[in-house]
Amino acid sequence: MPSGFDAERVRADFPVLQQQVNGKPLVYLDNGATSQKPQAVIDELVRYYSTENANVHRGVHTLSQHATEDYEGARAKVKRLLNAADDHEIIFTSGTTQGINIVAQSFGRQNFGEGDEIIVSNMEHHSNIVPWQMLCEEKGAVLRVVPIDDAGELDIDGYEAMLSPRTKLVSITHVSNALGTILPAERIVASAHAQGIPVLLDGAQAVPHMPVDVRRLDCDFYVFSGHKIFGPTGIGILYGKAEMLEEMPPVQGGGDMIKSVTFEKTIYNDLPYKFEAGTPNIAGAIGLGAAIDYVHSIGYDSFASHEDELLEYGTRALESIEGLRIVGTSPHKAGILSFVMENVHPHDIGTILDAEGVAVRTGHHCAQPVMQRFQIPATVRASLAMYNTREDIDALVRAIDRVIEVFS
Amino acid sequence: MSGLSELYQEILLEHNSKPRNFRRVEDASATAEGYNPLCGDQITLYLRVVDDVVEDVGFQGVGCAISRASASMMTQSIKGKSLADAGLIFDAFHSMITHPEEEPDYDTLGDLETLAGVNEYPTRIKCAILAWHTMRSALSGEEDTVTTE
Repeated sequence: MPSGFDAERVRADFPVLQQQVNGKPLVYLDNGATSQKPQAVIDELVRYYSTENANVHRGVHTLSQHATEDYEGARAKVKRLLNAADDHEIIFTSGTTQGINIVAQSFGRQNFGEGDEIIVSNMEHHSNIVPWQMLCEEKGAVLRVVPIDDAGELDIDGYEAMLSPRTKLVSITHVSNALGTILPAERIVASAHAQGIPVLLDGAQAVPHMPVDVRRLDCDFYVFSGHKIFGPTGIGILYGKAEMLEEMPPVQGGGDMIKSVTFEKTIYNDLPYKFEAGTPNIAGAIGLGAAIDYVHSIGYDSFASHEDELLEYGTRALESIEGLRIVGTSPHKAGILSFVMENVHPHDIGTILDAEGVAVRTGHHCAQPVMQRFQIPATVRASLAMYNTREDIDALVRAIDRVIEVFS
Repeated sequence: MSGLSELYQEILLEHNSKPRNFRRVEDASATAEGYNPLCGDQITLYLRVVDDVVEDVGFQGVGCAISRASASMMTQSIKGKSLADAGLIFDAFHSMITHPEEEPDYDTLGDLETLAGVNEYPTRIKCAILAWHTMRSALSGEEDTVTTE
């Protein structure tokens, strides 16, 4: 256990963890779906709504000024989290899905034509597949898919061979939500850039586990969701390099995204507001800011090594169970233990685990092409966060023993 | 909530490990596909109906224990029955699963009563009901895949 990290102290910050489910202490291992919220985030939402709720960028009155300061303050916190060059490269969205859709509808519509290609991997979440299929259908463009191997690693040579003058964008996950694989993002970006191709990275499963530096990665777009990094639901981030975002048209029209409107001509606002039409999720953004403060107060270095140690402990524990197979065995993984068991469907495992107080996700994890690749209908996914402990893994193993008992 | 033993009764587990009529019916007069997108359960149901009687029925596919056992027990319960009786069994089963406050029709249900425990697990009701909706679709001649969504 790394010095300075105290999982029990961290757990105490999360009120939802202090309860029993089905008569058993809650063991929350569904962090890949959504993370729990520390008291500091809950308090910040209450403070905002209790003391300064007002619309942003509009009023001259005091509350509106306070709300605007906090909303823009949250943007600055996200900028520092990602080490972006400028606040206006940070666009507030409703989540990862919306971030990808904005790039597809704006950059995609502007730059794709008949026969142009977009490259994704075989381990994308549906949110990084379907927006591109919609674009391809509209533009006659082609979706290319980089294969993955039996361990769940990207075929990096296959990827590099796929890059061509027809490629207009690479859009690839940073960490796989179904397998936990950490992709070689820097190399992915460098290879694409060598041919002048921009890259979007889906960081939904990365930012909760590892520090992300968009300037070091040199990616053109980076997207993530607030709720997976201890923030509220309904808020997310689209980071884009300013020179990319400047050239892109807005996808939604309305208030806040304009400088002036007449019936003859409307002048769009500057970044980032060009992409934030309508009253934004102000409380969500401020809550996300509080979540980022919380993450920094614990420290990535500190909890990332705790999670790595836990992942290794969990991997060893699950591997020792007869008839259980881990799906996704890359040596480069973050936070995810996906598995299947002989003769027991994941859905039945999920129900029995829940009866034991253990919350996991079962199903295809919105990544059906991954399931098809491994020729399985579904997996059970235990996904970790900083507040999980060895005791949680032990409870998971005991609950799996119960599955074996029921189905023996 | 009842214990797991209520849900995973021995007879259900037995049907899961050794499903009855788990085969294609070559000369089927009606077939239908069922799909539960939530968990990936997929079933193909084959029926041979002669003079309004279910002479043969079989199913194939992948699914959890509850969907598989439910399909297996369904084929047993409707085989040899008239279409009218199969409809009554459907109604009794559907009512047992979705209206737990009502007294089940034990006479019509027979062994199917074993699946009553499912009604305490809202996320599993779709698993239990998939084969049944697929049967109804096959008998009504609908061609679209039945989904539980």
